[in-house]
Amino acid sequence: MSIVTVQLGQCGNQIGHEVFSALCSDICGTHGLCSKEENESYQESSKERFFSQEESGVPAARAVLVDMEPKVISQTLSRAASSGHWKYNSHSHFCQKQGSGNNWANGYFVHGPRHKEAIMELVQKEAEKCDRLGGFFTIMSMAGGTGSGLGAFVTQCLRDAFPTSFLLNHVIWPYGTGEVIVQNYNSVLTLSHLYHSSDALLVHENDVIHKICAQLMNIKQISFRDVNQVIAHQLGSVFQPTHTAGGGSGYSRNPLGDLLEPLVPHPEFRLLGLRNIPQMPESSLAFSSFSWPGLLKHLRQILIAKAHMEEGIDWQVRPPGSSIPSTNKPLHFNTSIANLVILRGKDVHSVDLGNFQDPSLYTSWLNPQDAFNAWKTPRAFNKYEKSAALVSNSQFLLKPLDCIVGKAWNMFASKAYLHQYTKFGIQEEDFLDCFTTLEQVISSYTNL
Amino acid sequence: MTQSVVVQVGQCGNQVGCRFWDLALREHAAVNKKGIYDEALSSFFRNIDTRSGGNGPDVYKGKICSLKARALLIDMEEGVVNEILQGPLRDVFDSKQLITDVSGSGNNWAVGHKVYGCRYRENIVEKLRKAAEHCDCLQCFFIIHSMGGGTGSGLGTFVLNLLEEEFPEVYRFVTSVYPSGEDDVITSPYNSVLAMKELNEHADCVLPIENESLFEIVNKIHQMINSGKLGSTVKQNSLVTSSSGSAKTLQEKPFDAMNNIVANLLLNLTSSARFEGSLNMDLNEISMNLVPFPRLHYLVSSLTPLYTLADVNVPSRRLDQMFSDAFSRDHQLIQADPKRSLYLACALLVRGNVQVSDLRRNIERLKPSLHFVSWNQEGWKTGLCSVPPVGHSHSLLALANNTCVKPTFIELKDRFMKLYKKKKQSIIIIIIIIIIIIIIIRNLAICQQYEVMWFESDIMFQNGDKACDQWRTGNALCELANWSDMNNDSQSWETGERYFCRIDYPLVLYGVFCWNRLENMEL
Repeated sequence: MSIVTVQLGQCGNQIGHEVFSALCSDICGTHGLCSKEENESYQESSKERFFSQEESGVPAARAVLVDMEPKVISQTLSRAASSGHWKYNSHSHFCQKQGSGNNWANGYFVHGPRHKEAIMELVQKEAEKCDRLGGFFTIMSMAGGTGSGLGAFVTQCLRDAFPTSFLLNHVIWPYGTGEVIVQNYNSVLTLSHLYHSSDALLVHENDVIHKICAQLMNIKQISFRDVNQVIAHQLGSVFQPTHTAGGGSGYSRNPLGDLLEPLVPHPEFRLLGLRNIPQMPESSLAFSSFSWPGLLKHLRQILIAKAHMEEGIDWQVRPPGSSIPSTNKPLHFNTSIANLVILRGKDVHSVDLGNFQDPSLYTSWLNPQDAFNAWKTPRAFNKYEKSAALVSNSQFLLKPLDCIVGKAWNMFASKAYLHQYTKFGIQEEDFLDCFTTLEQVISSYTNL
Repeated sequence: MTQSVVVQVGQCGNQVGCRFWDLALREHAAVNKKGIYDEALSSFFRNIDTRSGGNGPDVYKGKICSLKARALLIDMEEGVVNEILQGPLRDVFDSKQLITDVSGSGNNWAVGHKVYGCRYRENIVEKLRKAAEHCDCLQCFFIIHSMGGGTGSGLGTFVLNLLEEEFPEVYRFVTSVYPSGEDDVITSPYNSVLAMKELNEHADCVLPIENESLFEIVNKIHQMINSGKLGSTVKQNSLVTSSSGSAKTLQEKPFDAMNNIVANLLLNLTSSARFEGSLNMDLNEISMNLVPFPRLHYLVSSLTPLYTLADVNVPSRRLDQMFSDAFSRDHQLIQADPKRSLYLACALLVRGNVQVSDLRRNIERLKPSLHFVSWNQEGWKTGLCSVPPVGHSHSLLALANNTCVKPTFIELKDRFMKLYKKKKQSIIIIIIIIIIIIIIIRNLAICQQYEVMWFESDIMFQNGDKACDQWRTGNALCELANWSDMNNDSQSWETGERYFCRIDYPLVLYGVFCWNRLENMEL
C-alpha cells in the first residue's frame, strides 16, 4: 500500500524533502536492533510505501511538488539528487514564475482553477504507479499564500477526484509572534476549508518545534533546516511500517486507514496532535538508555497536561477520580477522544499500556477500549533504541486555535487588509462563514 | 523567476538609477562566479547576443554575452543622461531605452506632467511595451524620481499614471526623494504636493526618502572612518555609500555617496526575489503585508549595518546591534522617529548567515519598546535570504508602515500653504486695486456729469419760464425728477466729494495700505 505525498509551497517542499531524507536514511541503515528477516520485511514495506523503483536503481519518492515560484523546487530537486540514495521523479513537479504573494485568495481563486488540470494530471500519474493506493498525504503551511490557498483548493480537487481514498493533511502552524502579517486570515480560511474536504488534519506548531530544538536538541542557532528535521523525525515515527493490533504477523497494509479510522470517529473532531519521545541530539544517543515504564509515564503526563515535550511537564495535573462527575473536570486537564501510541524498539511486546486506557482520560460517549490503540514494532527507528509516538485527537490544539481565531477576528473587525483579498474574488460573507465554522469546532472541543 | 523594470525620471532619478545599476552589477559579479546567465541576473538584466547587432534575440541560457539593463531613462534635458552614456555604464543601456529633450521642465510640475506628458505619451508607451515584451513574467515597475523638481515629479507621475492604465496587473513601487526644508528650488512645495496626489492614487507602495537623512548618514560614516576608534578599520567596500571598484583615483561626485544608499535599499528590497533563502519574501508579499488600507502605502525604510569593521568574527552581539539600529532614529531614511509613533505593520528582510532563531530572539527583544496598532499586535513580516550583500556577512532592511510619516507630510503641507497663501493674498490685493481704480474713474465721470448737468440747469434757468414749462411737462418730468434727486443729493462738487468720502475713500485707504505691505512683503 503506497502513500502519495503532495508538497505545497515553500514550507511543504522543504519539509517534504527532509521527510524523505529521514525515511531513506532509516531504511538504509542497519541499526534495526532486530532479526534480519524482520529488518528486511520492514525495509521492503517501507520502500513500497514511499518510493517507487526506477530503472536507474535509485528509488524515486512518490511525491508531487507544487509551488508557484521556481526557486524552492529547483533547490529541493537538486538536493535530493545529490544525496545519491534517493531522488524525486524529474517530471513530478509543477511550478510557475510568480508566487502567490501570501494571499490566500490569490492561491485559491486564481492559481487553483488555472492550474487544476496540470496538477491533477501529475497526481494521477503518481497514483497510477502504485500497485495499491493507500491514500494521499499533503504537506503545507497555513501562513503563506500557495501552501494555504492553493493547498485548500488542491485538497478539494483530490477529494472530488478520489472520493474513496484517505486524505490526511499535514499543516504547519506559524510562529505566534508573526512570520507573515496576514497569517491569521490565511490560517482561518485554510482550516475552515480543509475541515470540509480532508479526513484529518495533523498539526505541527513552529513554536513547539522551536522549543524542542532549543531545549532538547541543544541547537544554538536554530535554522529552518533543524526545525524541518525534527518534524521529519516525528512524521517518520508515525508512518514507518508497524504491526497493528489485529494485523497478524505482517506489517500494516493500510497505513492511513488504520491511522484514521480509530482516531477520527466523529466528523466534527478532526484535529490531531503529534508527540514523540525521546528527542535528543544524535551525539548524546549513544550515552543514553531508556526504560519503557519511564518513557510511557512521561508520555501519559504529556497527554494529560497538554505538554509539548518531556521537559517542563506539569506533574500537578491529574485526571479526575472516578467519583467526580465529568462536568467538574479541571480546565487544564486534557480530555481525549481517541489516542494512538506507537512503540518501536527493543522489548516492545512486554510493555503494559493499561494506564492509557483509564476511562477518565476520555469523553463519556466513547468506550475506552475503542478509543485507545497501540501499535508495537520491534524494529527500532532512526537510531533510537526505544521510541514512542503519540497521535492524539484531543484538546491539544484548542488553545492555539482559539488564539488564532481571536486575532483574525480582531483584524477583521477593523477591516484591515480586506481590500487585498476582495480584489481576488473573496467576499466578506465568505470570511464570516469561515469564522462560524471554526467557532463551531472550538466549542465542540471545549465541551468534551 | 520574475522580472522588474526600472523607470528613472529626471536628474535625481537618473543619478540614483545610475548608482543602482553599478551596484547591481557589482553584486551579481560577486555571486555569479561562473559567468552563466542565470535566473537571478534575469530579473534586472537581459542577455543579448551582440554578434547579430543590437537587435538580436535574447539569450536565455548559457554564458553571458552582453548584459542590458531592463530600464527606461527619461529626462527632459540631456546633460545627465549623456553623462551616463559616456561613463563606464554605457554598454548597459540601449539607445532605444532613452527619452530626452533639450529644454528641461523649469522646475514646473505642470510643464512636466501636462506639456511633456502629452508630447511624449506615445513614445513612452511604446518603449514600456517593448521592455515588457522582453520579460518572461513582469512583476514590478520601480520608479525613481524626486518630488521637488519638474521632470521628476511631473513627468514621473505622468508615467505612473500610464503604467496603471497600460499594465494594471504589474506592481508599481515608487522611490521618491522628498525635498528638504532648505531646498533651493522655490516651487518645490507645489511640485511635491501635486505629485503626492498622483502617488496617493496610482502607486502600490511608496518609499519616501529625505536628503537630510541621507546626508546625516554619510556624515556619520565619515566620522567613523576618520575617528579611527580603538584602532579598528572599516572595510572599504562594505560601506553602504561606496561605489563599485572603489574609485580611488576619480573624484566621487558630491551626491554619489547619498545615492548609493538609495541604490542599496533597492537591491536589498529585491534580494529575496532574486536569490534563494529559507524564507523567501517576494515583492508582491511586501505590498500584501504592509498595506492594510489602500491609501496608506507609505513605508519608512532603514538599512543596517552601514559599514563593517574589519574583524573577522562577528559575535551575535553585533547581530543584535544590527536589529536595534534598524529601529533607531539615525538609521531611518526620512527625518522621523518610528519608535515614538504607532506601527501598523513592519517587515524585516535579513540577508546573509542569519537563522530563524536569531530573528525570533530579536523580535521578542524589541517588541516591548514598539507600539503596534491594536488589531495587529504581532504585525511582523519576515524574510530570510541566504546571499549577503557585498562586503557584509549579513544585513537587514526594515520597512515600516508607521504613523511617523505624518509630521513629514504636515511640514510639506505647511510649506505649500505658506506659498499658496502669499499668492492668494497678492491676487486679492490686485483685485482690490483694480476695483479702486474703477471707482475713481466712475466718480470722476459722475462729477463730470454733475458739471454738465449744472451747466445745463444754468442755461435752463437763463432761458426762463418757457423752458421751465417745457421741462415741467412730459418725459421731461421724469428727467427733472431724476435730476432733482441727484441735485438734492449732491449738487455740487463738494457733495460729490462727500459721496466719494462715504464709501470710496475707506476703500482707497485700504488699497494703499495693502500696496504698502505688499511692497514690504509682509503679507
